Amino acid sequence: MFENFVVPNLWPAAPEIFLLFMAGLILLVDLGARSPRRGATFLLTYATLALSALLTLWYAAKVLMPSAPDELARVVLTFHNMFIADLLGSFLKALVCLAVLTSLVYSRRYLEERDSIPRGEYCVLALFATLGMLVMISANHFLSLYLGLELLSLSLCALTALQRDNVAAGEAAMKYFVLGALASGMLLYGMSMIYGATGSLEITEVAEQARLMHRTRMDKTVLVFGLVFLVAGLAFKLGVVPFHMWLPDVYHGAPTSVTLLIAAAPKLAALAMMIRLLVGGLFTLSADWQSMLMLLAALSMGLGNFVAIAQRNIKRMLAWSAIAHMGFMLLGLASGAGRNSSRQTVLEAYTASLFYMVTYVLATLAIFGLILLLSRRGFESDELEDFRGLSQRSPWFAAMMLILMLSLAGIPFFVGFVAKFAVLEAVVFSGHYWLAVLAVFFSLVGAFFYLRVIWIMYFDKANENASPIEASFADKTLLSVNSVLVAAIGIFPQFLLGACGYVLARSF
Amino acid sequence: MSSYPLLSLAIWIPIAAGFVVLATGGDRNAALARRIALAGATLGFLVTLPLYVGFDTTSGAMQFKEVHAWIPHFNAYYRLGVDGISLLFVLLNSFVTVLAVLAGWRSAQERAAQYHAAFLIMSGLVNGIFSALDGFLFYVFFEASLIPLYLIIGVWGGPRRVYAAIKFFLYTLAGSLLFLVSILYLLIRSGSFAILDWHLLPLALHEQIWLFIAFFIAFAVKVPMFPLHTWLPDAHVEAPTGGSVVLAAIALKLGAYGFARFSLPIAPDAAHFFSWPMIALSLVAVFYIGFVALAQTDMKKLVAYSSISHMGFVTLGFFMFSAFSIEGALVQMISHGFVSAAMFLCIGVLYDRMHSRQIADYGGVADSMPRFAAFFMLFAMANAGLPATSGFVGEFMVILAAVQFKFWVAFIAASTLILGAAYTLWMYGRVIFMAVANDAVRALTDISRREFLILALLALCVLGMGLYPHAFTRVMHVSVNDLLQHLAVQKY
Repeated sequence: MFENFVVPNLWPAAPEIFLLFMAGLILLVDLGARSPRRGATFLLTYATLALSALLTLWYAAKVLMPSAPDELARVVLTFHNMFIADLLGSFLKALVCLAVLTSLVYSRRYLEERDSIPRGEYCVLALFATLGMLVMISANHFLSLYLGLELLSLSLCALTALQRDNVAAGEAAMKYFVLGALASGMLLYGMSMIYGATGSLEITEVAEQARLMHRTRMDKTVLVFGLVFLVAGLAFKLGVVPFHMWLPDVYHGAPTSVTLLIAAAPKLAALAMMIRLLVGGLFTLSADWQSMLMLLAALSMGLGNFVAIAQRNIKRMLAWSAIAHMGFMLLGLASGAGRNSSRQTVLEAYTASLFYMVTYVLATLAIFGLILLLSRRGFESDELEDFRGLSQRSPWFAAMMLILMLSLAGIPFFVGFVAKFAVLEAVVFSGHYWLAVLAVFFSLVGAFFYLRVIWIMYFDKANENASPIEASFADKTLLSVNSVLVAAIGIFPQFLLGACGYVLARSF
Repeated sequence: MSSYPLLSLAIWIPIAAGFVVLATGGDRNAALARRIALAGATLGFLVTLPLYVGFDTTSGAMQFKEVHAWIPHFNAYYRLGVDGISLLFVLLNSFVTVLAVLAGWRSAQERAAQYHAAFLIMSGLVNGIFSALDGFLFYVFFEASLIPLYLIIGVWGGPRRVYAAIKFFLYTLAGSLLFLVSILYLLIRSGSFAILDWHLLPLALHEQIWLFIAFFIAFAVKVPMFPLHTWLPDAHVEAPTGGSVVLAAIALKLGAYGFARFSLPIAPDAAHFFSWPMIALSLVAVFYIGFVALAQTDMKKLVAYSSISHMGFVTLGFFMFSAFSIEGALVQMISHGFVSAAMFLCIGVLYDRMHSRQIADYGGVADSMPRFAAFFMLFAMANAGLPATSGFVGEFMVILAAVQFKFWVAFIAASTLILGAAYTLWMYGRVIFMAVANDAVRALTDISRREFLILALLALCVLGMGLYPHAFTRVMHVSVNDLLQHLAVQKY
């Protein structure tokens, strides 16, 4: 009866399996926990995430890394080619685990001070969201991709709504769910079109078929039609104009700790999805999707930077700034193949995007970490006003925020500048000078509202009743390390740039 | 030649000292912070002296070179070196930093550590700008230097400091962003970030014109050239004394230096192409802004406008393309560094006592502050371009070159001798002489020993440069001739 059943190679999926097992275990352990602080639950969750990251890296080092320098890196497919393990995936998976881990460490005190959020469920849902991201990153098949995406979206949606007495959070969850479902619909529609054109749901197979169609000059209308919906769905998930409407409301409405979960790690997964589908699957159509991405990028940078100026709430401001940053990041993907491009320059353009995303996530983690640190029991520190005179109340945190804001504004010596520089280099190299000038102009507009945060912290006097910030040693250390990394990688970016370039070059 | 990495030391000693000062923490340790800051600034200045002593004046090549790989991914190197054009600015900057630290000794009571740290970090970054030979490194220093000045103006400034700080930042950032695109373009054309390679890169005229325009926007904002100058009076008026000193003496030089290092050698044909508009804008700055200065009632604003007018001489000198005019421009830059620093320090001395910068609030200061009046007299004369002061040398050289170039250019440029004397001496007369204006002026105390030291150091520089300019011009000759050779050869 079972003679056709072959046990798939489970090792490539070890981090995912481990995460799933632990999520279930933690759910059970949490049932027995008596302390309302749920210390054991948190510690187990941290350990799970750290071990998943280690497991991913261990597998990458053991199996995927080439043993000789000139040897190609190995790519392992399993589960009937639905699951792929390559260096790019391992790199991003490890980063996602670390990002979620950092987010949860930052969130812990915030959650302890808010009794209406059930902490055990919070940890488990965060783990499920992580699992979704890992599956997305390792997907080599439209179905597994979609499975991961939905697991992520639904977990985050439940997390947003977890604070039941918070009306704004409920509204945000509803928006997130409905608009997310719409985006998933578009994505599925696009996938079905591509299936119709190529006869396969497997990304590597789709790429093969698309190449064949290109070589035999077959009509590609259906394929391009599917591509349009695919890009629209991806744009929804990434939150770029004109598919950005959910982002400011969700960022603003969700409890800050959840905003951090939504704002940081999933961006890495979304980029992975984008690279797998567009670069891995439909590179043949790069001329088509590059022009789409350029348009999306220009619109996002424009609208995002201008609207952010009008915001008084820092979470909302960061949402618009995220829209603008995603636009900037897309510029790298959009200027890969083109005039006088070679494999080397294409890879450099994608490296720029990957580097941009990784460093953006790094800065975002620290910023929301700071906002979480500043908020107290029953008080959300999410208005710009709450930062007034921070440099007098706590010079150290103000200095960290200064670093982060300057980094996001793209001022040198901070990593945001290097990231912007890398992307601009790719854009200029592809010959789109007008796009580079436009990007530079919108960065200037964006600099204004980052500078405003600095002026509120440094130039204005503190409120009379403002109290100094108290933070646990662990929070303080992690936050400082995180912010100082933003400056340190800005001065010595070669290692991370090299790593991004390496994993991309060995995966495609 | 010394084997020590002198330029790196000139950059990183002040920055490291700045972080040490920051680490002393809040205002409890203000005295300690000041001492460390002064030690750091002095040490930073001392390490630049061997640069001057060891400089080979017979060579136009870059000296004290340092090359290390930095970001191989971008092909960016940590490349430093100075030639006759940049050497003096490194010295000037390090010297002025010492003065700025001394000037903030009493006036910055609040957050003293952060104040001095900002100046030290700024100083290191500016040394980086003047000695960077790698386009990427130059840009990094160029933009990063905005941060300390933004904080200096914004935190310790006057009532409209937020407006002034943000205007300063956005104006200069707007200028430098196009510069970013152009260095990327040069990277792609030449395959490297080495500025010296760019000097030799053949470029078509239309490419040069685009590059020149991008460079122009970046540097004209910094100089500042008419009509991109409007941020400067605001920034000066709101900045604390030390901020004004650094802004006038150092930050303005960055723009002019950019012209000499980028615009002229990289796009020489475009520089010839645009020489008339550039000369016209320079003359507008000299003549029209001179009149604007005449109409000011605020002393700092007056000196700010006079700075714009004097910097007009610098750009005028650059775009007449003769050895005399370019050397005159460089001398004018150094001299302006001393004189404007001195003028702002003098106004700071008055402001510390009276908390007013309005000319109308003063009168008869000479009665209560005779020693101060004597120093102020010297600097006012230098600002007006009196012979035997440093202000005369540069202006005279540029006017002389202008006479050879076109008579009417020299005619308009020479108007500065009258206008400069008019606005400076008129202000001086109303503030220092005349009847004693009010009781507050009568009660003024003369300068302290610290203030005396600062002003005496500057007076030495102003007189020394006025009497023996050869000490400054001797290092420039060969490098200026090299620059002229670049300008003489068609690149396409």
